[in-house]
Amino acid sequence: MAFTYNTWIVLAGVSLLGACSGLVGSFAVLRRRALIGDALAHAALPGLCLAFLVVGERNLPAMLAGGFLTGLAGVAVIAALRHGTRIKEDAAIGVVLSVFYGAGVVLSVSIQNSVTEGSKAGLESYILGRTAGIVRQDVLLIAGVAAVCLVLVLAMYKEFKLVAFDSGFAGVQGWPAFRLDLLLMAMIALTVIIGLPMVGVVLTAALLIIPAAAARFWTERLEWLLFLSAVFGLAIGAVGTIPSALLRNMPGGPPIVLAGTALFVVSLLFAPRRGLVARSIAARRFRRRIADQTALMTIYELGRGAQGGDDAVTTNAFLSRRAWDERSLRVVMDRLERRGLAERPSTDSVRLTSAGLERGAQLVRSYRLWELFLVEHAETAGNYADLDLDTIDEKLPRELVRELEGRLLEETG
Amino acid sequence: MVDWPTFLSPEARIDLWTILVGLVANTACALLGCFLVLRRMSLLGDAVSHAVLAGVAGAFLLTGSIAIGPLLIGAVAVGVLTALLTQTLSTFGRVPEDSAMGVVFTSLFALGVVLISGVEDLHLDTDCVLFGKLGFAAVYTVDVWGLRVPHAMTTLVPACALTVLFATAFWKELKIASFDPLLATSMGLSALVIHYLLMSMVAVVTVAALEAVGAIIVVAMLIVPAATAHLLTDRLNRMLLLSVAVGAISAIAGAFWARRADTNAAGMMAVVAGLQFAAAVILGPRYGLLGKWLGMLRLSVRIACEDVVAALYRREEFARQTAAAEPAPLTRAECRRAAGDGFAALLAVPRLRRRGYVEATAESRLVLTDHGRRMGQSLVRSHRLWETFLNQNFDLPPDHLHEPAERIEHYIGPELQEQLAHELARPSVDPHGKTIPPPQPETSESP
Repeated sequence: MAFTYNTWIVLAGVSLLGACSGLVGSFAVLRRRALIGDALAHAALPGLCLAFLVVGERNLPAMLAGGFLTGLAGVAVIAALRHGTRIKEDAAIGVVLSVFYGAGVVLSVSIQNSVTEGSKAGLESYILGRTAGIVRQDVLLIAGVAAVCLVLVLAMYKEFKLVAFDSGFAGVQGWPAFRLDLLLMAMIALTVIIGLPMVGVVLTAALLIIPAAAARFWTERLEWLLFLSAVFGLAIGAVGTIPSALLRNMPGGPPIVLAGTALFVVSLLFAPRRGLVARSIAARRFRRRIADQTALMTIYELGRGAQGGDDAVTTNAFLSRRAWDERSLRVVMDRLERRGLAERPSTDSVRLTSAGLERGAQLVRSYRLWELFLVEHAETAGNYADLDLDTIDEKLPRELVRELEGRLLEETG
Repeated sequence: MVDWPTFLSPEARIDLWTILVGLVANTACALLGCFLVLRRMSLLGDAVSHAVLAGVAGAFLLTGSIAIGPLLIGAVAVGVLTALLTQTLSTFGRVPEDSAMGVVFTSLFALGVVLISGVEDLHLDTDCVLFGKLGFAAVYTVDVWGLRVPHAMTTLVPACALTVLFATAFWKELKIASFDPLLATSMGLSALVIHYLLMSMVAVVTVAALEAVGAIIVVAMLIVPAATAHLLTDRLNRMLLLSVAVGAISAIAGAFWARRADTNAAGMMAVVAGLQFAAAVILGPRYGLLGKWLGMLRLSVRIACEDVVAALYRREEFARQTAAAEPAPLTRAECRRAAGDGFAALLAVPRLRRRGYVEATAESRLVLTDHGRRMGQSLVRSHRLWETFLNQNFDLPPDHLHEPAERIEHYIGPELQEQLAHELARPSVDPHGKTIPPPQPETSESP
């Protein structure tokens, strides 16, 4: 495709919009407000149409103002229904979303049926969005909103952070949590509204949710989340405009959303630490470690109790002690042999090497100490819930470990 | 083919079919919606009915036909997939549930739109999916036993029948799963299976209604009638009936007004449903806001009246103690101040006069009637008994007793008064040293 001036304008506009949505959307996702954005976008439709009826022509700022007003009215109705009636939040969102949208459809169709030529508004392009019509003023408007949001987020970073994670605590601390929440809501509303012409009523919420939800996989820190989410939004906007620029019939919103979906799926699968692949690898490693430890401890304990000073343990003895099948014991033994911790004197018995004995003793000691700790200090034990066998000396205070060791000696005699 | 019913003019016939199509679609949606709203899954219904578009488009691309069979299979598959993916993302992907839903359904909807706009000759264009072409329902017709019937009816009627069948066949299961999914699971009916069956039904109804009323109006009819009915009743069977009634009124009035305003009928049906919902929110007999507000107003007027009477009684008592010949009567403004000067206080004085508790003197000041004096005596007795009770049992200092007693005196009836007096060994003075008036022979009703 040829990069004409118009293409660049569209690209700049949608990318900026994506960045702004990503930034603001992080808070929407963290505050569990994702679907309120959806309701807001739907509720904006009647406002767009009413503004068109009042002004009598396709005047973008007026229409956006109208949409902003009815959108906020929709959010206010949701809040009122949730607090004042027995209607739950999900139904409140659903009612507002569908009734306002229905009103918007009624208005837009009657506009199309009544208004004569020329100014026919093309209101239906607001449903699924249209990126082709973006002009320089639109880009400036988006840039303005993005700048305002950025400045607000930077200036009130600490406050927003507190409200996003624990608004109850923020309130107790004396922050104006409700007003901060309103400010966040206003930023969300503003971003949704300027995005409507490009992404459309039905899909604008996605631009708010997807970058933040994708970025969430990559980081646990809010500042990185905001940054990554904005960058993701930018990328989604840039990539997503290409199909609608190339294909004549393609509305604006869907390709942008699909670009976001692709990014989301990649994040879901491949993000380090929180991604599914990384987590399944970590889970597998964890299971192996626990299995190895269990095997070492079991062989150590059975071997010590065996007659004749021979530390070899028959596989049958092992399997009757642990609910393992033969195969999993074989797999674990293979690993332990490779690590030089255990050996198989015959096909049906296992034995620890001297390194293995040392390790087994260590593990059994930790295990017993944790056990004792749980019994003696049940009220605080919950704080050390992982009870990792390798880290008891780091996790518990040294004096406590000494004390527990003393108790253990007393008990075993 | 026969244009049926023959006695109607062509225009009236179109209107009739519009209403009938709306009725059938709304009934199916309104029934399913009750279970969604009760299980707090309205938005999953919303998500499924958006996402279904991808299934329809996918099935069309794979089979190359718009036969209802493959479309249904595609739609149900995607509908279940939406519920499944949302669940999976939020449990295994640690995405907050609302965001998970948002990601899944917008993605599938976007996919559906892209697939559809890639296919030129698909019967379902995006406009149709989004708005519905209810006004044209009577235009696309098919031959059923020699009668000309709208094409939409051939899918909607079976879908609606299936919904009714579903609701009756699984009535018990749906009922338990709606109110207590854990109980349902522990009784051996998997709430999860019911959940996915419900989602499949939503998908089926959405597909059937897609052509006639459009996806987003399906959402309106799934949620709004059910939410309206939820405001009006506590019984599931009544809720279903009311929900269907709301849907039916929406269909009829919506079609009528859409005709008059020359606009989209499906949208108008959603608006009519919204109006009914608003009416239920405000006027509902049990949970309506108006009733709630009136109840609160009634209570605050009663309290204001009692405050005025108690203030007048104390004034008389003071006059008796200081041996003044006449108690100085209170002006209206003073009475209002005694009742907190609010809106309720404004209503209180005229009400007390009307009911004969107080009367105006020549200087337009207020004095108690005998009737009012009895009430004042009872109130002050409650007040002082409560002060004594607090003082004895909670060890509160004397200056902390008045406030709580001032609030509780309005709720202490004759029996409670008697119980308090009995428990406190019938005290004659309160902790401030004021006399506690004796009980009334007959009970004093409140104004």
